[in-house]
Amino acid sequence: MSLFLSQLFNGLATGLLLALISTGLTIIYGTLGVVNFAHGALFVVGSYAGFTAYGMTDSFLIAIVAGSLVALVVGLIIERGLMRQYYGRPPEDQILVTFGIGIILVELVRSIYGGISLSIPTPEWGQGIAHIGSLVYPLYRLQALGIAAATLALLYYVLYRTSLGLIVRAGIEDAQMVNALGINVKRTFLLVFGIGAMAAGYAGVIDSPIVTLSPDMGHRILVDSFVVVVIGGVGSFPGAIVGGIIAGEILSLTSMFNPAYSHVMLFVVMALVLIFRPQGLMGQEGRE
Amino acid sequence: MDDKNQMKTGGVNRRSMLKMGAAGSALLAGAPKMALAADEKKPIGNFPAGVEGDSVFIGLTLDITGPYSAQGADQQKGYELAIEQLNAGAEEIKKISPLTKKGVLGKTVKFGVADAETKPNTAVQAASRFIHDNKAMVISGSTSSAVAIALQKVCDRERTIYLPAISGSNETTGVDCQRYGFRLCYFAYTACKAIAPVLAKSLGKDRKAIYLVPDYTYGHTTYDSMVEFTEKEGWTTVGEQVHPLGAKDYSSFLINIANSGADTLVVIAYGADAANSIKQAKQFGLLEKMNIVVPYMSAFLEKEIGPEIMGGVYGATGFWWTLQDQYPIAKDFVTAFEKKYKAKPRDSAYIAYLTTALWADAVERAGTFYPPDVIKAYEAGEVRQGPVGDVSFRAEDHQGIINFPIVKGKKPADMQNPDDYFEIVEVVNGKEALPELGVLGCKLGPYI
Repeated sequence: MSLFLSQLFNGLATGLLLALISTGLTIIYGTLGVVNFAHGALFVVGSYAGFTAYGMTDSFLIAIVAGSLVALVVGLIIERGLMRQYYGRPPEDQILVTFGIGIILVELVRSIYGGISLSIPTPEWGQGIAHIGSLVYPLYRLQALGIAAATLALLYYVLYRTSLGLIVRAGIEDAQMVNALGINVKRTFLLVFGIGAMAAGYAGVIDSPIVTLSPDMGHRILVDSFVVVVIGGVGSFPGAIVGGIIAGEILSLTSMFNPAYSHVMLFVVMALVLIFRPQGLMGQEGRE
Repeated sequence: MDDKNQMKTGGVNRRSMLKMGAAGSALLAGAPKMALAADEKKPIGNFPAGVEGDSVFIGLTLDITGPYSAQGADQQKGYELAIEQLNAGAEEIKKISPLTKKGVLGKTVKFGVADAETKPNTAVQAASRFIHDNKAMVISGSTSSAVAIALQKVCDRERTIYLPAISGSNETTGVDCQRYGFRLCYFAYTACKAIAPVLAKSLGKDRKAIYLVPDYTYGHTTYDSMVEFTEKEGWTTVGEQVHPLGAKDYSSFLINIANSGADTLVVIAYGADAANSIKQAKQFGLLEKMNIVVPYMSAFLEKEIGPEIMGGVYGATGFWWTLQDQYPIAKDFVTAFEKKYKAKPRDSAYIAYLTTALWADAVERAGTFYPPDVIKAYEAGEVRQGPVGDVSFRAEDHQGIINFPIVKGKKPADMQNPDDYFEIVEVVNGKEALPELGVLGCKLGPYI
């Protein structure tokens, strides 16, 4: 029984981290309608930038800022340099171009840092172990749970409860009309893509005291994010949270019975969602 | 098909005809060397097309990306060093391959590198390109056994010699062995057989072990071997946590492990997975309650997780650079490697280097690149001096007979220099660690 409760709790904690990791993908898709296959790579760029900043300053906070900013800048460059040409193109083109950008970014990271796994140590305030009943849980993972929840709330507010969000969503419906109203749609799109990229980089640094960094970790991030977003509902913010928690619970609870099947079950559930509710649990029908 | 053959040859099938032919040429072999011999060798694989010029090509299929990319990059250095020394006719490599003059049979060795991405499909495509476009005479390189086994099958079909670098699965020279494949590296069975008594001596005989197992051939066969040999020492197996290759978050597995009642965590995870899972095990406080054992330790693990965690951890590995204090050829290798790359070699570079040197030796002994003859030269079991003493191949399953060290992590305070991560607990006699013939189910195919 205590194992069940432990895994249930771990599912929640892992789930919120997954939700945080998926936010960048949700932001860009939910607002711009672009499936950003470079999402995993931006996560990698952010965490390695954080690693470098940590190495120079020994400050985890500076690492977070650096990781987010570097991902933001890279995101802005990608949007201005390439993505802008692709908004009107078919989704396949967008997938290919973002996928290509992802490969370039990851290989750049590999050429600078090599393939050996690197580590950012747990920040001082996160060191140690928390005892919750019979469960022994790393303190930092608990804090990351809180950080994830707070970040998701903030991003949701900015994108869906401010005039910026309104403009973005109007711009997607009819960019010409919004332009005619005297609003610079292009600049808004640029900003949104930048925020999405920044969210990926930010998540990368938040996640890095938990895992080791390797250039290839972006693949798994991308896959995990997709599963979360598909289960929760593409482009839906609450959906990302629900999807994240469901994914975390599936992984944790299945591993109690048969660890080898925990990741398989994740895809089984995703397939079931796609069959019975193609728009995802919280997604809106017809949203592309 | 068989029926047709039998009709044409009047009751003698094709195979027995070939046998008769072979017997006939064996009789003739007693005669003085025939000028005709070369002409009688029918084209096979890339022979003779691949050796008609003044160079010979080796296709390297290395895991440059994926969870084993650090080991792949290290292997590349090992291959490059060996090829450079062969082409220069360097004294160091002549100690291993005494017939070497310059190049291999006078031909310059050229090579190409392709990224196998730690994926069998990609590796097979890369090897096929090397064989068809570059007329490769040898394909070499692997870290994942899934890659090694796939490549070995394809190269056997293409009648091109394949030499895995790192491959820990029992199946590579067990049920999946091939006539055209030769694995030099130590593997699950030998590692576990050698390390189990050492562990029983240092940690005790009454241990309860739980395993972290990557979900593919290497993980499963290493688990089987480790269970077999530790249970012989009196250990109990509590269970296994099977995880996908390249997993990122191990929390649910670690909670199961914490609740299992085990006192020993056997990490079979390799490369980035090993570093990641051990780092997370520490966060969950497991390392304070449990001993960690790494029966098949990946290169760079000590660097990735640091001596604070590695201190006191036992593991088997292919090579550790301080062996140079005991073996002069190891000193040659470490010195040359350091001079070229400004870093200490790991076992992945060592295996790549020695694999190349021993291939050159087999070709020189065969006196031809004709693949069946090169294979027979390997199978002759000639013992050479490698960086860690005697080294040869077993004819029946093409497994390398090679010594390897069991190491124990040093605590930071005990390290003499920044690269001094391990003490050598013992150097395992490769011959004694091998399984008896037939145990792993190897049946080699035909030469032609």
